[in-house]
Amino acid sequence: MATMPASASDLLKSFKLKTKQQELLIRVSILCLVYILAFITRLFSVLRYESMIHEFDPYFNYRTTLYLTENGFYDFWNWFDYESWYPLGRIVGGTLYPGLMVTAVLIYRILRFLRFAVHIREVCVLTAPFFASNTTLVAYFFGKEIWDSGAGLVAAILIAICPGYISRSVAGSYDNEGVAIFALLFTFYVFVKAVNTGSLAWSLASAFGYFYMVSAWGGYIRFVGFQHVQSGEHMAAMGVFFLMQVFYFLDWVKHMLSDTKLFQAFLRITVTCAVAVGGIALGLGMVSGYISPWTGRFYSLLDPTYAKDHIPIIASVSEHQPTAWSSFMFDFHILLFLFPAGLYFCFKRLSDATIFIVMYGLTSMYFAGVMVRLILVATPAVCLISAIAVSATVKNLTVLLRSKNKVVQTGSTKGSGGSKSSSKALLDQSQPFQKNGAIALLFGAFYLLSRYATHCTWVTSEAYSSPSIVLAARGAHGNRVIFDDYREAYFWLRQNTPQDAKVMSWWDYGYQITAMGNRTVIVDNNTWNNTHIATVGRAMSSYEDEAIEIIRSLDVDYVLVVFGGVTGYSSDDINKFLWMVRIGGGVFPVIKEPDYLVNGEYRVDKGAAPKMLNCLMYKLCYYRFGEMLTEYGKPPGYDRARGVEIGNKDVKLEHLEEAFTTSNWIVRIYRVKPPNNRWWLNRYKFG
Amino acid sequence: MGISRFVLLVFTISMLASPALSDLVLSKVDRRIYLTSHIVRISSTLEVENAGPETVSKVLLAFPDLQAQNLAYLMASPHEAKAKFKVSVVSFPIDVVKPEDMPPGVTFYSVSLPQGLTVGASFTFDVLAVFTHALRPMPEQIGQADIQLVLYQDSAYYLSPYVVKVQSLSLKLPDSRIESYTTLESTKVQGSEIKYGPYENLPAFSSSPITVHFQNNLPFTIAQELVREIEISHWGNVLVTEHYKLIHGGAQSKGEFSRLEPQARENVQDPSAIRYLVAHLPPRAHSVYYRDAIGNISTSHLRGDSKKAELLIEPRYPMFGGWRTAFTIGYGLPLQDCLYESEGRRFLNITFSSPVIELVIDTLIVKVVLPEGSSDISVAAPFFMKQWQETKISHLDIVGRPVVVLEKTNLVPEHNQYFQVYYKFNRLSMLREPLMLISGIFLFFVACIVYMHADTSISKFSASYLAKQQWEEVRVAIQHVHNIICQCLATHDKLEASLRDLSRTGEVQACKAARKSTDGLLKELSKELKPLMTFLQSSPSAVQVLSKVEELVAKERELLEKLMAKHSTAVEAYDKKSGARDIESRIALQQQKITALRQEVDDLLEFIDEI
Repeated sequence: MATMPASASDLLKSFKLKTKQQELLIRVSILCLVYILAFITRLFSVLRYESMIHEFDPYFNYRTTLYLTENGFYDFWNWFDYESWYPLGRIVGGTLYPGLMVTAVLIYRILRFLRFAVHIREVCVLTAPFFASNTTLVAYFFGKEIWDSGAGLVAAILIAICPGYISRSVAGSYDNEGVAIFALLFTFYVFVKAVNTGSLAWSLASAFGYFYMVSAWGGYIRFVGFQHVQSGEHMAAMGVFFLMQVFYFLDWVKHMLSDTKLFQAFLRITVTCAVAVGGIALGLGMVSGYISPWTGRFYSLLDPTYAKDHIPIIASVSEHQPTAWSSFMFDFHILLFLFPAGLYFCFKRLSDATIFIVMYGLTSMYFAGVMVRLILVATPAVCLISAIAVSATVKNLTVLLRSKNKVVQTGSTKGSGGSKSSSKALLDQSQPFQKNGAIALLFGAFYLLSRYATHCTWVTSEAYSSPSIVLAARGAHGNRVIFDDYREAYFWLRQNTPQDAKVMSWWDYGYQITAMGNRTVIVDNNTWNNTHIATVGRAMSSYEDEAIEIIRSLDVDYVLVVFGGVTGYSSDDINKFLWMVRIGGGVFPVIKEPDYLVNGEYRVDKGAAPKMLNCLMYKLCYYRFGEMLTEYGKPPGYDRARGVEIGNKDVKLEHLEEAFTTSNWIVRIYRVKPPNNRWWLNRYKFG
Repeated sequence: MGISRFVLLVFTISMLASPALSDLVLSKVDRRIYLTSHIVRISSTLEVENAGPETVSKVLLAFPDLQAQNLAYLMASPHEAKAKFKVSVVSFPIDVVKPEDMPPGVTFYSVSLPQGLTVGASFTFDVLAVFTHALRPMPEQIGQADIQLVLYQDSAYYLSPYVVKVQSLSLKLPDSRIESYTTLESTKVQGSEIKYGPYENLPAFSSSPITVHFQNNLPFTIAQELVREIEISHWGNVLVTEHYKLIHGGAQSKGEFSRLEPQARENVQDPSAIRYLVAHLPPRAHSVYYRDAIGNISTSHLRGDSKKAELLIEPRYPMFGGWRTAFTIGYGLPLQDCLYESEGRRFLNITFSSPVIELVIDTLIVKVVLPEGSSDISVAAPFFMKQWQETKISHLDIVGRPVVVLEKTNLVPEHNQYFQVYYKFNRLSMLREPLMLISGIFLFFVACIVYMHADTSISKFSASYLAKQQWEEVRVAIQHVHNIICQCLATHDKLEASLRDLSRTGEVQACKAARKSTDGLLKELSKELKPLMTFLQSSPSAVQVLSKVEELVAKERELLEKLMAKHSTAVEAYDKKSGARDIESRIALQQQKITALRQEVDDLLEFIDEI
């Protein structure tokens, strides 16, 4: 009997894992949980709405992916799309970044091969969350590479739920960014790994990672061509490349020449020559026009106000606006404070890897300040650097606590082991409150991190999971009201218009109309031809009889406008109208912005400018709206989006007729009437 | 055009009509035409009398070709007093026949009576004929707020190859608003019903065209194509997916569309528009969904209890004349409600057509997807249709599932009858898919294990590879050292235990014996330790950790010495029979050192363990 407990404890001992194994187990299970968490937190959108593609660009990506699955890669490459930019068309195969579509199709094919009969839409919807999960893994390894595995774990957790990243990677957000951020972080990680290990395999992996990233997000070789040696933006990178050649050449020469004096002289000559040659080449290139000057987007990165004055089409996109502080706070929360702390730790332990992450963090933070959408690029850096701060702080505090506990346990015996000596030193100089202080600080850190988790969950569920195709609002009784007007209109177009009908709308809705309505559009979100967009802007801001000329010349059958006056939906065409005027006026000087303003003020009520009250956009939005009672206690024709009674209630249309309006009036579609000036011919022929 | 042709045809028939083709006489014909939806149902009660010399078993029914084109369903059943549209349990077989010497432009159907009609006997039975596309909107185009008027044409006399003695006709309309109707002798209008007759003693093939023009705002819901997919899973579910392509078959809408009118004035509700559809799903239907090519449609309601489930679906937009829409509804049914077994074969028993009420289907394709591995498949259906087989590859299939495809055109709700698909299926095949999944995951783990243990490096002689291998050996050696030290410590514990026994029992001999055995053990262990230490000292990779290992071994030696000394002291003291307190005090100092050393050794062990 006496031996029983002994053998039992032996058995237990043999099952008991060693410290290292325990740590590995904990680490792996945390990583697994983070992987799952990153995936499921992005499923809020599916839970709240449905498994659908979101917003604008993802619809184009979805459409091309569908094309790719149906027609194969070669047809995809040679695809000339007649359904957009009528009558110009668009060479889709050569003007998109195929990384995303190829990835999705690959996943789809693999699943199909494994006999999982999934639909390509499901694959597209879940691509972004899947890659977000993978990003957490990369973040772990990256954090491990630049600091330690603890920082890696924290980085993985932070990036898994960081709103800045979630905003572009929820289920259904089938956009390039979803894959590209993974590719970006992966490339950086492998690059740092290559630098740290000096291994050729890692550097090769880095090159492939980079190739994958550019194929998904930019610089795709098929239409970049010689841009990287020709465009002004790439000159800095080229210069660095050139300098590196010079540096290694000099290194080699130094190795060959033993005499330092001789080398000094050689150095002077070479550097002068190199700078001169580089300068002359650059100057010649600039003058001859071989090297193109910097583009508008690049200028707007350096000067946030540039776009507003010079390129209205870039400035009109809300995600190209300079970032407000509130959105920094919204997207980063406590990371905003942890970021400088992490920078401090990085500077304290400078290495190639930490310098890299500091550079990445600081530059991307600057760009995030210039353009809202670039917050996304800053997010991984911010998460990593903050993770260093969290991990280092918590580690220091716990070491303090643990060492004290040990001392209490072992009583007055001397400390032993190398790691103990440092804690002993700490103990010696410690104040009596140090332990309590450490506990308090740990609790503080725990509190902050839990606040972060709460904030992230809230933001994800409330702000970033809306597909923006389906609008949700709270009804009078607190119930959830869904406005599904966009799809109503697009499906109506798909079913009840001729197959070859051409639809004119502002470019925002182009991708959605082609993808969901399956009809040809005049302009879409790929804003490659400013003149064409300006033509549409001009048509919208002209009087009806002038506009009909443009509409007929573009062979348009239907005109679609988005109108929020009934529901109070504020991002409608009336609110976007000034951009149409500006973009139209940028190409056609007959359109002048001041004509639509009264004392610099934009209004739609009785005091509005006469041109405003009679332009096509106004007429199409407010057609028969003057008879409509929108709100109790308000006069008919009360616009709820702008909170005014409209100025022109008696809208008559001559060349267009209402073809369809959705149940909440959000989308209104007008049919272009056939020309009726030859009425007598009709009468004699068929009467 | 259509009208005039119809009238012309009827006249031609009556002109060409040759008298009494048979010895049968229809002694009484009572026809009721129901025009209350867009499906026209003609229910007739016929009393047949055999006036000839022979027994007759077949009765001919005649329809003008134009009507016969639209004939979707024809059924004859024994007369019941109050049966309206009930699908009777007994119905008589009906065939298309082409008897000789008959006027052109008429299609004949022959009804086989259950018993031959003997001479002079009479028999009463009901005939139900259902027509689609028989109502023509007039005017053909209407505005959004206009009511829909339709035209119906028929003959006031019953078209028959037999002499009809007494007949009457009544037309039931949906509304009392009648634009116009043909007035013949003895025509009566009562509310929404028009009555013709009775007419007596009319010769065979007599006819008199009538036209009714009336208001019919009921939705003209027509499915141009419906594909139903019924997938059986033996894990307990039958999944039904129905893809509809709908069109509003009424008067075409013209002019401007407006949301204002229906929203502002509640009473003008776009009279002819299809606003919603009602589907009567089988009871216990679950997981119902309603979507289309671009996503879910959020406007649907499901009401239900244990007896029925009623699904109310709204299309994305109200459908006016000529408008189209397409959508998919799907639902699951419990397996035990649809699947039965008989004579070693399983059979699926499920309704053939759509659950949507008052729906005309132009083309219906039913696909029954049987589980993979089903064999010996046959179909039993109440009416004739095209059928063939396909295979479908779905989740985790290898060869694909057999699919029975049935196709039929021109269907009305009366076709929604049960049909059966018989097949053989081995219950063990059910386990195939889970086993595949399990083995897949198992293989994945095996692959992981193999990967972790396989040596994938290409160059076996590169410096880094060799260094790595050496380090691996060093690690194994250190592991051994670690184990040995642990065993040593265990023997230390035994010694301590023997001391404790000594203090309790005072048996010095036992204690000495324990000492001896441990001595032997420890000697063996130190022997084992020696080659390991020499290996570690010689190995270049072990340089960083060697000092620690050596320190550990030295500390352990020291600890052992101290312990032995303590043991000796204690045993000696017992031998001398000194007092307990005396022994305590002697050991105390040694004990302190031992504790400190033990702590150090433990720390070192932990450190080495982490390597």
